[in-house]
Order: sequence, then structure tokens, then C-alpha cells
Amino acid sequence: MNWRIIRAIAWKDLQEVRQNRMAWSPMLILPIIFCIIIPGIVLVGGPSLMASDPNAGTDMMDDMQMLMGILPPDLAAQIQGMNGAQVVAYFVLALMFAPMFLIMPLMTSSVIGAESFVGEKERKTIEALLYTPASDRDLFFGKLLAAVVPALLVAWGSFLLYTLVLNTLGWPIMGRIWFPTPAWLPMMLWLAPAFALLGLLASILISSRVNSFMEAYQLTGILVIPVVLLMVGQVSGLLYVGPSLIFGLGLVVWLVNLGLLALALRVFSRKALFGASP
Amino acid sequence: MTPTIQVDSLTRTFKGRPAVDQVSFRVEPGEVFGLLGPNGAGKTTLVRLLNGLLEPTGGTATVFGMDAATQGEAIRKRTGVLTETPSLYERLPAIENLRFFGTMYGVPANELGPRINQLLTFFELDARGHDRPGGFSKGMKQRLALARALLHNPELLFFDEPTSGLDPEAARSVDDLIARLSRESGRTIMLCTHNLEEAQRLCSRIGVINRGKLLAFGTPAELARDLWQGTWVDVTLNPAPTTELIQAVKGLSVALNTQVAGEHLAVQVESPKNIPALIAGIVNAGGQIMKVLPREYSLEEIYFKVQEGES
Repeated sequence: MNWRIIRAIAWKDLQEVRQNRMAWSPMLILPIIFCIIIPGIVLVGGPSLMASDPNAGTDMMDDMQMLMGILPPDLAAQIQGMNGAQVVAYFVLALMFAPMFLIMPLMTSSVIGAESFVGEKERKTIEALLYTPASDRDLFFGKLLAAVVPALLVAWGSFLLYTLVLNTLGWPIMGRIWFPTPAWLPMMLWLAPAFALLGLLASILISSRVNSFMEAYQLTGILVIPVVLLMVGQVSGLLYVGPSLIFGLGLVVWLVNLGLLALALRVFSRKALFGASP
Repeated sequence: MTPTIQVDSLTRTFKGRPAVDQVSFRVEPGEVFGLLGPNGAGKTTLVRLLNGLLEPTGGTATVFGMDAATQGEAIRKRTGVLTETPSLYERLPAIENLRFFGTMYGVPANELGPRINQLLTFFELDARGHDRPGGFSKGMKQRLALARALLHNPELLFFDEPTSGLDPEAARSVDDLIARLSRESGRTIMLCTHNLEEAQRLCSRIGVINRGKLLAFGTPAELARDLWQGTWVDVTLNPAPTTELIQAVKGLSVALNTQVAGEHLAVQVESPKNIPALIAGIVNAGGQIMKVLPREYSLEEIYFKVQEGES
């Protein structure tokens, strides 16, 4: 592996992404929505709404009693003793919203991956790149780095921002530093990198079948479906995204990634790229 | 001396259809070799095979004595390719394009800056180095792509349709640069083109390819001799040749064919070496020669004759 070449490719790809608004805007928009707007609505708007409805508190306590009965014991212990507003904040922002933070690394890496792989094909720049002496592996890992590193920076940066916003705006409700909860650290450190790589590898495989960035961009949208299912499971009470589920799910995604990596390495080779047609 | 390129029965098929079919030729160091053929003839596939981007289905190709199928990486360190489209990163400034490719070609970091400046000056782009090629004319883009191909001082250059899509002025400027490169640096150049005038100006030897097959290979003079079976000599006489003189010329052992049109005689001889004997024969038979001109064929005539033979 030639690190000088890998770094050069990664740097070049990031420069290109910087110039393509379609590629970087999701990296900016998603964190603003997830880390500022939604927590703001829940933490500032929620208590005001409850205050305006005289029955809300009683209804909430009834719902909570029912909820405590069906929650997994470790989760029930976490919310034991919380009032209605605290439980709402905890459920919405720390539990239900958790899977949304997997969308960020997934989307970021898949969009950069699509821009990097199919974008080069679309703009016909890939041929000059393949005529260089850089090995297929160096080209591949340079491009991989260009997609995965920003995806993780966006995910972890957003997580830090989310932590800051939740503890700041949540202080009047919670009266303490309450976030991150136990599931978040393994999710961000174990599952988010797995999803970042999954997004990239899937976009490489999609890129080998399509000829434009837009096609790849639309197809990579399918990747959010598992995350949405995870969220639906959590909201409906079918799933509890706790540390053990995160570890198990992460293991599955990492194993899937291994298989996809082997496929992607085969797809992204000079002989495969030029071998299909003259 | 090891040939720069040696190709033997090279074949590459795509889904059973040959794009390069049993091609054999060699290119010597310092030569400007032209590969002529229509679009889709197999020129680009051949360049890819020679640079190890594709594996051959059959036959062998060696570049600098190395097997292109297995030593592509080592070969590409010593070759520069100008692709049919300039393949530039249009969102990055010209200088960043060159810096990136210089790194890819392994040019040491401390040599890269001076090398880029030197090339931008050579290609008259020094005033536009910080601009993005997206705003360049086609000719400027092609000049920048040429600079990119030369960053690592390659010994062998492949130019794939270097003037395709350029206006005549820009095409002439690119051709002049190629001629200058060949003249000043003595690099081996393989020029793939369907522009016959360009090939005539730049190439010492040519190959004609169509539907993957190499139909002809050699210097234009060699090809003309093969195609027209010998050399035609146009002789102008004054006065016009008499019947006796024509018969005498037809009777000469060196004259393979004779045609008459007024005061002009066209005589086919086996090779240019027979021209003095032909002249002596005409003079001895009483002919008064005003002008003798061995007929030369343009590359265009050669090319179409080759293609005609194939069809």
C-alpha cells in the first residue's frame, strides 16, 4: 500500500465533493435537522404544549404506568422516578431517535462514494486515473478513505453537537447532564462505522451498474430502509435498541461488510472496469 | 536493441466478438508510429492492452520488454497516455490537476512544483494555472492533458485521437506540440488517429487497423509499393512519344506496365532502383525527356486502398 497515493486520492476526492453541492448538502442539512431543530421542538416546544393542556399530565402518568409494565427491566430502571416531561424527552430523543443517527454516516458515505466512483465514470475522468501506475488497491482504499472518514466525522461531530444541545436545552427539564445514555456510545463507536462502511460498499456496487451520480444517489436511498425499520421497531415497542442489540446488529453489519468488501474489490479493478465492453 | 513495443498475435474479445484480432507489430525506440483506423477499429482497446488495463484473450504484448498482461504497473510508470477525452478534474484548478497526477505517477514531492511550472510554461498555460479547466477551451484542455501525460517524463507516449473535436487551429497547435516533443526529446510515440493528414505529418511508420485486424504496417512508401505492386513513374516527353517509341518502352525489361496520354508516359517499374534503366531505355529509343517524376501516394490514398482491399 502506498500511503502517499492513498492520501492524494482521498484529498482529491474530498476537494471534488466540496465543489459539488448535491454531495455535501446532506452532510449539513441532516445534522441541523437532527441535532438542533428536532431536539429544540421536543425540549422547548414539548413542555409548553403540555403546560397548555390541563389533562396532559394525568394522561401521561397513566401511559407511563402502562409503559413501565412492558419495558425491559434495565430501561425501566433508567426512567424510574422521572416526571412526564422528562420521560417524553428521554423516549423521543434518547431512544426513538437513536437509529436516526445511523442514517448520517450511511448517507454521507454512500453519497460521497457515489460521487467518487460513478462521478468519475460520468465525467470520464476515471480513464486517466486508471492509466497511472497506482495499484487497484491503492485507488480503492484512497476512495474508501475519502468517503468513510467524512462520514464518521459527520456522525461523531453530530453526536457531540446533539449531546451539547440535549444537555443545554434539556437542563430546565432534566436538571442534570443526562445524555448520552448507555446505548449511545456503542452505537456511535461500533455501529456507526459499520453503517458508514456499509453505505460506501453498497454505493460502489451500485456505481458499477449505473452511469450517473443521480442514478446512484437515488438507489443508495434504499439503504436507509433497514434504519427506518429499526426506528419503527423501536417506536412500536417491538425492539429495544439497547447495548446488546447494538452489539449483535453491529456484528451482522460488519460481517456483511466483509462480504461486500470482497465483491467491491473485484468490481473496482481495471480489468473488471474495462473488461465488460470495448 | 529491444523494441519499445512488441505485439504478437494479440487478441482481445468482448462477449466473443474480437476488438483486437491477431495483431502483430513492433515499434522501435524513438519512433513516431501511427495507428490509423475508423472509430471502433480497436485502437483504444490496443492502447489499454499495451498499458495492462486489459488482459489479452490471446497472444502477447511486451512494452520495454515487460509483459503488459502481468507488469502493467511497471509499464505505466514509464508511459504517458493522452486519452480521447482530456479526462481532467474540471472542478480543480489546473495546477491541482497536475499536482494530483504527479503524485499518482510517483514524482518526488520536491520535484513536482518546478516540473509543473516548467510544463505549464511549455504548453503556454502558465497564466491559467490557478483557473479551473472547466472554463478552458477544448484546445487548452488538450494542452493541459498533454502536460499531465508528460509529468513523469515518460519514455513512451500514447496519444489517442489527440485532435478529435478540436477546431483546425487548435488541432494544428496540438500537432505542432507533438512534433516538437518527438523532435526535441526523442520519445517513442504511438499516435492513434483517424486524421490522415495528422498521421502523414507526424508519423514515420503507420499501421492501418479495422475491425480489430491490422491490415497494413510499414512506412508510407513501403505500403504504397505493396499496394500498387511497384513504382509508377510519370515521364513527360517533348515531342509526344511516337508509336515506335511507345513500343520500344513497352519492350524494356524494367517496364511492367505502360500507359500513354498525349505527351505523358506512365510506366510501372518494380522498384525505384529501376528508374535509371527506364530513363536510359527511353533516351536510347530516341525519346526527349522533359520531366521524370516517381509517383508518390498520399497517406489518404494508401489508407483507402488498404480499406478497399479489406472490403
